[in-house]
Amino acid sequence: MPLVSIVDVRKSFGANEVLKGVSLPVEKGDVVAIIGRSGSGKSTLLRCVNGLETHDAGSIMVDGLEVGGAKTDMRALRRHVGMVFQQFNLFPHLTALGNVTLAPRVVEKMGEGRARELGLEMLAKVGLAEKRDAYPSQLSGGQQQRVAIARALAMRPKALLCDEITSALDPELVNEVLRVVEKLAGEDMTLILVTHEMRFARDVGTKLVFMHQGRVHEQGAPKALFAAPQTAELQQFIGASFK
Amino acid sequence: MADFSLWVITSNLLLATRWTIALSLVAFVSGGAVGLLLLLARMSASGALRRFVSLYVEFFQGTPLLMQLFMLCFGAALFGVEISPWMAASLALTFWTSAFLTEIWRGCVESVPKGQWEAGSSVALTYVEQMRYVILPQALRIAVPPTVGFSVQVIKGTALASIIGFVELSRAGAMINNATFRPFLVYSITGLIYFALCYPLSLLAKSLERRLNAAG
Repeated sequence: MPLVSIVDVRKSFGANEVLKGVSLPVEKGDVVAIIGRSGSGKSTLLRCVNGLETHDAGSIMVDGLEVGGAKTDMRALRRHVGMVFQQFNLFPHLTALGNVTLAPRVVEKMGEGRARELGLEMLAKVGLAEKRDAYPSQLSGGQQQRVAIARALAMRPKALLCDEITSALDPELVNEVLRVVEKLAGEDMTLILVTHEMRFARDVGTKLVFMHQGRVHEQGAPKALFAAPQTAELQQFIGASFK
Repeated sequence: MADFSLWVITSNLLLATRWTIALSLVAFVSGGAVGLLLLLARMSASGALRRFVSLYVEFFQGTPLLMQLFMLCFGAALFGVEISPWMAASLALTFWTSAFLTEIWRGCVESVPKGQWEAGSSVALTYVEQMRYVILPQALRIAVPPTVGFSVQVIKGTALASIIGFVELSRAGAMINNATFRPFLVYSITGLIYFALCYPLSLLAKSLERRLNAAG
């Protein structure tokens, strides 16, 4: 059984149907890159996976737990699924270390010392151990996003959702974040990325999903898909993206 | 007729100022406590609680404080409850203050970006934990300047308690004027005392706003 299984998920905002029956299995260790135009439903799909948005129909299972299910403990589910946001969303009143250790302390009831150890380990993983006492406002965008990744990793998630995590960054800061994600991919972390970084999707992804008008329009191995897109829409999209 | 020196007038006004300060403190502290409870009710999942708070706020913001004082003072008497001017003034100002503070604070909580709630959710914090560890610490910083600023309104609001016979600064001013017939002098000093109470708070609110904004 896939780690994350999305089956025929539908979602509307008012009269606007954003997801029109999306199915997507994600195996453990997969690096799924979801691409598509804005408004194609890719971010909404991602946000449905950890229940930030509720889907109207279909089912999403994460490691045997049904997202939004009547009997599902959403807290347990969210411990298994980390998320990194486009706008970082770091807690501005806490230091880098404070951001990373908040959930372990509060949710996992971890002692101060152990949480600190874990937090430093996670910050080291994203190359920011020396910034432990800095507040988010004192960090660059790229550093903030790396702290956000460390914060998500501190919960030891089974899968990590990344919602356009480099879109708000200055171009010269994109690579430091992508390198961290690539490292995670190398460590067999299951990743679902909504991204506009086509080269990254092609080189690091194990699976490419092209969303178009609320549906999975085309999917497959990234390199094959980029080399030979089957549909006119993907062709056009790739053409525009690599220009 | 006795001759009232400037010093006699001023010292008597200053003595009465104690009551203005006491009433302001009571109204502010208890109004703040009630306001906090109302805020939690306002943010709760219960629709009935939320409606109650919004009615409460509408009522106390939408009617003059003077009417509220009258209603408490004379309304209580109607039900056979003897209520001292001090009690009536404290209660009315508490209700009034709580309505305004809860509304100010709600604005502060709502001004914390939605992404902060989402980030809290995404690391498995519950609603209450998000509130406690993520939202309130940020809202508090935003709330300090307008809250201090509102304390000036509370101090000025206490002047109305003079109408129901509570002897604070304004009432003392009126009484001294009745004895001295020097309204301009008496009310000038009264006004200066109010100003001396309020102006430092206004300055504090402004400087807090500058400092907290700079830190943000």
